[in-house]
Amino acid sequence: MADALFWHRLHFGFTVTYHYLFPQLTMGLSFLILLFELKAYRSGSALHDEAARFWARIFGVNFAVGVVTGIPLEFQFGTNWARFSQFAGGVIGQTLAMEGMFAFFLESTFLGLFLYGGKRFGPRLHLLSAAALWAGSWLSGYFIIATNAFMQSPVGHAVGPDGHLHLADFWAFVLNPWAIWQYLHNMTASVVTASFVVAGVGAFWSLSGRHREHASLALRTGVIAGLVASCLMVFPTGDRHGKLLAEKQPATLAAMEGLFESSAGAELAIIGQPNVQQRKLENPIVVPGMLSFLVYGSFGSTVTGLDRIPRDQWPDNIELLYYAYHVMAGLGTLFIALMALSAIQLRRRRLEQTRPLLWALMLAMPFPYIATTAGWMTAELGRQPWLIYGLMRTADGTSPQVSAGNTLFTLIGFSGLYLVIGILFLYLVGRDILHGPGAGHPQVVPAAAGLAGEAG
Amino acid sequence: MEALWFAIVAGMLAVYVVLDGFDFGAGFLHLHVARTDAERRSVLAAIGPVWDGNEVWLLAGGGALFMAFPAAYAIGFSGFYLPLMLLLWVIILRGLAIELRGHVSDPLWAAFWDATFALGSTLIAVVLGAALGNVVRGVPLDATGSFHIPLFDSFWPSARSGVLDAYTVLVGVFTLVALGGHGGLYLAMKTEGPVYGRSLRAARLLWLIAAGLFPLVTWATMEVAPELPVTASHRPLVWLLTALLVGAATTLAVGLLRGRPGLGFVGSAATLFTLLGTAAAARWPVLLRSSLGPALSLDAHAAATTQHGLRVALTWTLVGLPLACGYFVFLARLFRGKVRLEPHG
Repeated sequence: MADALFWHRLHFGFTVTYHYLFPQLTMGLSFLILLFELKAYRSGSALHDEAARFWARIFGVNFAVGVVTGIPLEFQFGTNWARFSQFAGGVIGQTLAMEGMFAFFLESTFLGLFLYGGKRFGPRLHLLSAAALWAGSWLSGYFIIATNAFMQSPVGHAVGPDGHLHLADFWAFVLNPWAIWQYLHNMTASVVTASFVVAGVGAFWSLSGRHREHASLALRTGVIAGLVASCLMVFPTGDRHGKLLAEKQPATLAAMEGLFESSAGAELAIIGQPNVQQRKLENPIVVPGMLSFLVYGSFGSTVTGLDRIPRDQWPDNIELLYYAYHVMAGLGTLFIALMALSAIQLRRRRLEQTRPLLWALMLAMPFPYIATTAGWMTAELGRQPWLIYGLMRTADGTSPQVSAGNTLFTLIGFSGLYLVIGILFLYLVGRDILHGPGAGHPQVVPAAAGLAGEAG
Repeated sequence: MEALWFAIVAGMLAVYVVLDGFDFGAGFLHLHVARTDAERRSVLAAIGPVWDGNEVWLLAGGGALFMAFPAAYAIGFSGFYLPLMLLLWVIILRGLAIELRGHVSDPLWAAFWDATFALGSTLIAVVLGAALGNVVRGVPLDATGSFHIPLFDSFWPSARSGVLDAYTVLVGVFTLVALGGHGGLYLAMKTEGPVYGRSLRAARLLWLIAAGLFPLVTWATMEVAPELPVTASHRPLVWLLTALLVGAATTLAVGLLRGRPGLGFVGSAATLFTLLGTAAAARWPVLLRSSLGPALSLDAHAAATTQHGLRVALTWTLVGLPLACGYFVFLARLFRGKVRLEPHG
């Protein structure tokens, strides 16, 4: 039996990764739905209204799975990471509690109204609830990112007489620069995911000759939003995030770039495999000086390599970190290329006749999920061996009395349950996409019936 | 400041029990009070718009506990590792049942999720009660500041007993019965026709059983935590809450006997809230009672974060909590009145 630390890490890693497949769509989609709603409200466009309703249904299933898979995360801080919670609860408890108070109440109140309240309560309240849902989910994202940012680059805290962390400066903690750039990077990524899904579904309808008008609208919206968001991923959000990384976590930057030796005019590895034992990058294809330029704005600057970092502060899985980062960055580049090509064809009004491009858009749907997951793996593996950077090692944060066997047991339990949820999810969403927008859905939602109730 | 946060956390968790309690109760009664598909949809329609918001009180209360008393959160949650994980799985399945049932109109699909909803709600109500029982009875918290507790060991309450023993099971059953009565009143308030009649009858029966169990639960509580009545009798707040409890229970009884579910529901909500409030007020300042001896218990002063952290959190709570209550009132007003179903399809 591997030691408990390994299972605790895999347990949280698995449940949080699975959970985040759903919010990354709902956060981005709530923004696109709000755009549809605004257009429908202003111009009275029936097409936009129908599109908003269709995406609201996809949103609803995603949101439900996101809610139920999110609850275990708040529990796991205490169940699996008790020493961490006790050590840092006085600081990160603030943002986690604020998320409940300011975001969850807002979201849960307006969710039912938004999903089923259209007919019953009129267009204004519907628009209001779409906006509230968008605000709630983006607020929720901020509190979580601020919590993570504290673990990546702790600020605003003090060490108390009991050895635990305490809040010293609330605003420094909440407005952590790391949180701001990571938040913008992450929320842009959620718009990328939503745009690719909207464009991909549009491409599917277009290729299969269904819902012509809706296919065009989905393609147009998805491609434009996708191009803008994909570009914002790289600049400024990714760029600024990388510069913060060089400043706060040089070990992470060196490991994810596979930079074993410090060098002036550091090369940017496009392809290559890190060999950690021999401390070199195998079969590399590199761009000379590029890494120095990206980090410091000059081709001659010195970038710290792993050789200048004590061995016990290296991330503990450099290979996975390196691959995760390169998958994210590589996919990000491809996203810009795909969306730029599509945008050109869209502008020439040729997109729906360019079948290879439609195929590419349809098949690209899973890739933003992969890129986002790889991005978060980069952030979390890069933080190792620290749980809170420089303050607490991951190995010191677990619950001492929860054994490896118990953790493996519940990990298997979650895996089985989440497999079933995944199958149900794909079935329900697949059915909705096949059916497409418009009337005649086979769906009777219980809460919808509730909204049919008479007032007073 | 610790006392204030003890009250806020206890209050939020009590609100959670009152709110999510009625939808657990509705789930417990679901298969009994609603027999046809239309009736079952009306039960789900009655809780559909609100259950998610009700559950947020657990997350918000848990978050407040984490922030204000990190040690209690860490020691309690890791000590109850397995029971909490099992509870999570049930919470997940029950949530899916409510949300997914309506997505496919097929009798087998509906029957499966109806049963999942009913069984899940019943289990959660019992486990919630058993959890409360564990908090009252205490856990084997030792000098290292942690504890390990089996699911069950000696069934008669002692320092060796596990999560489930005679006392915690008794509290679990009491909770199920009381929340069943509470949920029955909610359904009676929100529905018409046969569901209304059956719900009201079930509420009367269940609250009658709960009233019968109450002296037993009270006696058993004094047996497992003999210090409680001693500390409680010196606290004016406990006396005040007890007086309110009597008033709430009277309102509940009047509502039940006169067949006025709205009045009864207000009474049962107030009864549950003041009952939990009385227990919390009597327990102050102990957060985790050690069954190995009072000196080993974890109290609010030892578990709390700094005064500065608590003050900052109080500032934003004074903004956030009224907002949350505002949303809740807004939603309740929007959905006031009885549920009426649209024709199927």
